[in-house]
Amino acid sequence: MAQDDSSNGPGERKPNAAGDADLLRRLGSLDSKLRDVEARKGTVHNADKQKPQMSGIGQAFRLSTEFIAGIIVGGGAGWALDRWAGTRPWGMIVLLLLGTCAGFFNVARAAGLMKSRTDDKSGAK
Amino acid sequence: MASPIEQFEIKPLIKLGTIGKSEIAFTNSALFMMIAVGLIILLFVYGTRSRSLIPGRIQSLAEMGYEFVANTVRDSAGHDGMKFLPLVFSLFMFVLFCNLLGMVPGAFTVTSHLIVTAALAALVIFTVIIYGIYKHGAHFFGLFVPSGVHPLMLIILVPIEIISFVSRPISLSVRLFANMLAGHIALKIFAGFIATLLFAGGWAILSPLPLALTIALTALEFLVAVLQAYVFAVLTCIYLHDALHPGH
Repeated sequence: MAQDDSSNGPGERKPNAAGDADLLRRLGSLDSKLRDVEARKGTVHNADKQKPQMSGIGQAFRLSTEFIAGIIVGGGAGWALDRWAGTRPWGMIVLLLLGTCAGFFNVARAAGLMKSRTDDKSGAK
Repeated sequence: MASPIEQFEIKPLIKLGTIGKSEIAFTNSALFMMIAVGLIILLFVYGTRSRSLIPGRIQSLAEMGYEFVANTVRDSAGHDGMKFLPLVFSLFMFVLFCNLLGMVPGAFTVTSHLIVTAALAALVIFTVIIYGIYKHGAHFFGLFVPSGVHPLMLIILVPIEIISFVSRPISLSVRLFANMLAGHIALKIFAGFIATLLFAGGWAILSPLPLALTIALTALEFLVAVLQAYVFAVLTCIYLHDALHPGH
């Protein structure tokens, strides 16, 4: 174990100086770090894995902008369609609603509640 | 009290001429972009110059930067996403340095302008679309068709998916721009309160309050500057992942 320690964690030397409990704790953290590295090497991670590392404020900003962007795009597309095709006000109504749905979709997807680009209920991957 | 949005004003430094009616000039925004790029090049060229096995301070900073972005790309876009590492790395470093440069007092924050972040987001999304179509052809549009859904539902779901896709560059650019803009305005306003209170007679006793808040906000702004660069890079990777594996 001592060898693992010196080869993997350059910041974690001097085991003599620390007590048993400290040593155990450090071994534990080293184990988890090693597991991280192993996991990273082998498999392709899903994007959802990334979520817990993002801090709360980042997550909050992300979710709010995802939601608003959906509505903006829906409303904008509806407005453009109405202008272009003269279907006022139906394009705006329908596309704004769809945009709001897309906003909810975005949020659910960003929060990892939904599998990346498949419908939730179907469960098909 | 100075206007809180004065700091975002674009000032032409060197006028280069006109195209049509619009003036082309080397602005303070362009200057700070070049400073950011210059600092990045300096960090990585100077930092990796010695190529020692045991890195010095600058070299380990450069190596940490590389490792961090490489791990982010590997985690979010997968191993075949690594061919986009140069793109994501450049984007991350550029956004990070522009954000951090904006924290220097008196400096201009490039990323507080929607046009800059929108251009970066457009770069990302066009890379996704062009690479997706080049790699998968029409199959790329399977991205918009959720699998295993009743065909009638597709009438509603496909437009939703398309809107959701189009909203991506918007949320990507607005998030970065709004964060930087709001943060700098809040910082300026609270800093302005200090001076206003200080010269308001007896109210001067209260002036340490906004000072404390300004200090706290400055720390928060540094966090936001790094975090938003990271979020930009992660989302770029997630979108690139879609280009690599559409309709999975």
